[in-house]
Amino acid sequence: MLPGLSHEEILRYSRHLLIPEVGLEGQRRLKAASVLVIGTGGLGSPVALYLAAAGVGRIGLVDYDVVDYSNLQRQVIHGSSTLGILKVESARNRMLDLNPDIQVDVYNEPFTSYNAMQIARDYDLIIDGTDNFPTRYLTNDLCVLTGKPNVYGSIFRFDGQVSVFDARRGPCYRCLFPEPPPPGLVPSCAEGGVLGVLPGTIGTLQATEALKLILGIGDPLIGKLLLYNALDMSFDFVNLRKNPNCKVCSPEPEVTELIDYEAFCGVPGHDHEEGTVGEGWDITVTELAERMQTGNHLRLLDVREPHELEISHLEGATLIPLGQLASRLSELDSAEDMVVFCKAGTRSARALELLLSAGFRKVKNLKGGINAWAKEVDPSLPIY
Amino acid sequence: MATLRIPTPLRAYTGGNNEITVSGNTVGDALNDLVTIYPALRPHLYNGEGSLRPFVNLFLGENNIKDLQGLATPVSENDRLLLIPSIAGG
Repeated sequence: MLPGLSHEEILRYSRHLLIPEVGLEGQRRLKAASVLVIGTGGLGSPVALYLAAAGVGRIGLVDYDVVDYSNLQRQVIHGSSTLGILKVESARNRMLDLNPDIQVDVYNEPFTSYNAMQIARDYDLIIDGTDNFPTRYLTNDLCVLTGKPNVYGSIFRFDGQVSVFDARRGPCYRCLFPEPPPPGLVPSCAEGGVLGVLPGTIGTLQATEALKLILGIGDPLIGKLLLYNALDMSFDFVNLRKNPNCKVCSPEPEVTELIDYEAFCGVPGHDHEEGTVGEGWDITVTELAERMQTGNHLRLLDVREPHELEISHLEGATLIPLGQLASRLSELDSAEDMVVFCKAGTRSARALELLLSAGFRKVKNLKGGINAWAKEVDPSLPIY
Repeated sequence: MATLRIPTPLRAYTGGNNEITVSGNTVGDALNDLVTIYPALRPHLYNGEGSLRPFVNLFLGENNIKDLQGLATPVSENDRLLLIPSIAGG
């Protein structure tokens, strides 16, 4: 039995009611629907806003972060007035301002193998708006194991991907990507950047697919992957087939319960730059500042990309972008004391691993990168 | 000569080029041609043993070569190959 609509709701949704494919019954379906949005960042912003505006009756939001200044270039559900506030609270306030007739449930916690089943239990549909591989594999496996459709979207710089993975009717995420890439090979948005409007485009497409699935109209992107490139303004579609040997959605699956996805992917389940190698290979910015005052020779190795030097740089540092380091090791002297740095410590940590494996021992990773230096030692430098 | 489309994450290794013209009668030959032109791409596509990395998805037109004849899939003039990257940003 679908819920009814009040006179206010009929007026609010009149543009929907005018479309025969939606109509009164469709709008009541939307009101009866429940959708869980994983992540309230770049993709989650337009997804949550449009689902709220469309009148999806119950929307769950999972995120454990707070709104940061660097989010506002693309995460349009948040604003300057909600800086420092929990993202789920910031998003809920905005959604209820847009549409007070819906219910927004918030889960201010990381989405993990321990809580995912419990959180997702009451929702019909899951939207993957996360920013990391472990949570994507977790979301996929959860959807396969519980028989829920997974509206997938993913972005990097100018590229976006959208699909609907519904293992009951087609392939799953693992059919296309059986294994994650090795840690470090694919940069995250925090490292590689993203065009601010890109998650707007991709998230809006995810919201479109979610609404179509709820309404039961049109052709969902099941068994198809949309590839978007903003620079070329190209939309390519490719066919996805179910992998008969898929570890989670084949008739004889290996994975029958949620696993440890951080271990599976070899990376943490978030897109924060950690900036540490640990085990004595780190140096703090304060220690570096003291070390530099002694005047003893020290090589500073900057492993960022050349265009980042324009934003901030350390005087006298040698620039070798991480991607070129392996082939340019001969330019470095392993007898020299060396401190490796990048923006926030993630790339330099990888550079350090590479240097260590090449036999370098007098090397340290600058914890927190040049951003930590700007924050704690030289405030004349910007943080980015 | 088929064309091979390079996704943004890999364009750093092709001098920013998004479509590369490659020669070869099979997908494997075409890929070999690609990494000969752009050697920096090789470690991103092949593992140490010289086989295609499992997370690399290559499509001929709309179809995954895994659903065709893999690297032995014949390629003809005007065919379009698409490399599909694993990306996770959100």
